[in-house]
Amino acid sequence: MSTPPSTPQAPETGTARVKRGMAEQLKGGVIMDVVTPEQARIAEDAGAVAVMALERVPADIRKDGGVARMSDPDMIDGIIEAVSIPVMAKSRIGHLVEAQVLQALGVDYIDESEVLTPADEVNHTDKWAFTTPFVCGATNLGEALRRISEGAAMIRSKGEAGTGNVVEAVRHMRQIKGDIGRLRALDNNELFAAAKELRAPYELVREVAELGKLPVVLFSAGGVATPADAALMRQLGAEGVFVGSGIFKSGDPAKRAAAIVKATTFFDDPKVIADVSRGLGEAMVGINIDVLPEGERYATRGW
Amino acid sequence: MSGGPAHVTGPVVGVLALQGDVREHLTALAAVGAVPRQVRRPEELAAVDGLVIPGGESTTIFKLAAAFGLLEPLRERVRAGLPVYGSCAGMIMLADKILDPRSGQETVGGIDMIVRRNAFGRQNESFEAAVEVAGVPGGPVEGVFIRAPWVESTGAAAEILAEHEGHPVAVRQGRLLATAFHPELTGDHRVHRLFVGMITEAGGATGADGA
Repeated sequence: MSTPPSTPQAPETGTARVKRGMAEQLKGGVIMDVVTPEQARIAEDAGAVAVMALERVPADIRKDGGVARMSDPDMIDGIIEAVSIPVMAKSRIGHLVEAQVLQALGVDYIDESEVLTPADEVNHTDKWAFTTPFVCGATNLGEALRRISEGAAMIRSKGEAGTGNVVEAVRHMRQIKGDIGRLRALDNNELFAAAKELRAPYELVREVAELGKLPVVLFSAGGVATPADAALMRQLGAEGVFVGSGIFKSGDPAKRAAAIVKATTFFDDPKVIADVSRGLGEAMVGINIDVLPEGERYATRGW
Repeated sequence: MSGGPAHVTGPVVGVLALQGDVREHLTALAAVGAVPRQVRRPEELAAVDGLVIPGGESTTIFKLAAAFGLLEPLRERVRAGLPVYGSCAGMIMLADKILDPRSGQETVGGIDMIVRRNAFGRQNESFEAAVEVAGVPGGPVEGVFIRAPWVESTGAAAEILAEHEGHPVAVRQGRLLATAFHPELTGDHRVHRLFVGMITEAGGATGADGA
């Protein structure tokens, strides 16, 4: 065996390419909310590409009320220990120190999440300051680009977490894809005004107009409860799916988790979706969004 | 001419599209003159001259390949000499053995090597570094390593093409090629050109004979 030449350059961590590239590896996959190491193992065995470690799933946060915060470090350590797939965890919007703690714990992605109670009503976290990459929620293109300008390396629709109702995720995904489509139709002169309207940096607006997509991976989140929900979000343009309460608030989590993984890959094959949808037991009980009081809507948190 | 492409310009190269950075590999393959195709089903696998196993989560890719009846057809085609390139998770899938598999995790195999998953660390340790790859002319490639594996040991038939900090990160054995890093995430398509060259050498479709 010949010895190849040694590499000339010092390795560099935390680059935009490494952060965004991590999300590219998750595409076509399902990221599952888990609250214990046992659930994390069930998720991994079902084929999850990553788990989101949190203390309470959104459905329980809704039920219990009160301030929702970053999870206990012991609990996050336990989940990191339990699985070989990436582990994500949530910080409150604008809570720099929760994000610093999550980075120190060695999580693979931080979700600056509206599901937790916001810590700052004006500012999101400066995500460029971190080695750990961030995913953030968005309801429209302007919001997505503001998060990317703050350093987010992955975007997800907000949806309305903990409801088992996919209607808000559909609204946000259609809005983001529609906004991108409208940008594509503009000429260069019009992009400046579009940036102003979107309240987003011109450079990012121009990049989206040229690419026809976000410069980072776009997932869907919030209200996915069935294999068909996951496939719907992919048909609408999501590159992968977060599932929160939908798995471990259902009758047979292991089976439902595996079914959602399969439906996410074969999102355009109704026969596969029909097969995996059989005999899954009870889905989580859903909540209709229009009966939610304004103050209990998570999607309006963040701006 | 009725039906079929009038002019086949390069080999038909599949990208295993169960999960991972499929689109980036399709783009890179097209850029070096191959005809890229997504592969999710056995009949799609049967129709390609070469295959890329992309980056992604190796546990997820294995489970989906097993569930949808692709694992045995993949092993059969590798045994029959199909050129295959795997990056990151794809490298793990091409290894004969994983040092630290999840319980029940299997590979397609084909390269006589043992790999260690996430050997360079978690995401905070993911890095970029220049990597000299034997057989890739024009200077080092930009190596993007994301929770990357390394090769723990190789058998006599496997040729080490590149190392990083003393660990093998690119290996070739016959018509099989594997890298621990992700050339598909850069604009540099030289590794894909090397792979498509391997397919052409192996007799994959070329020229205008229309197959």
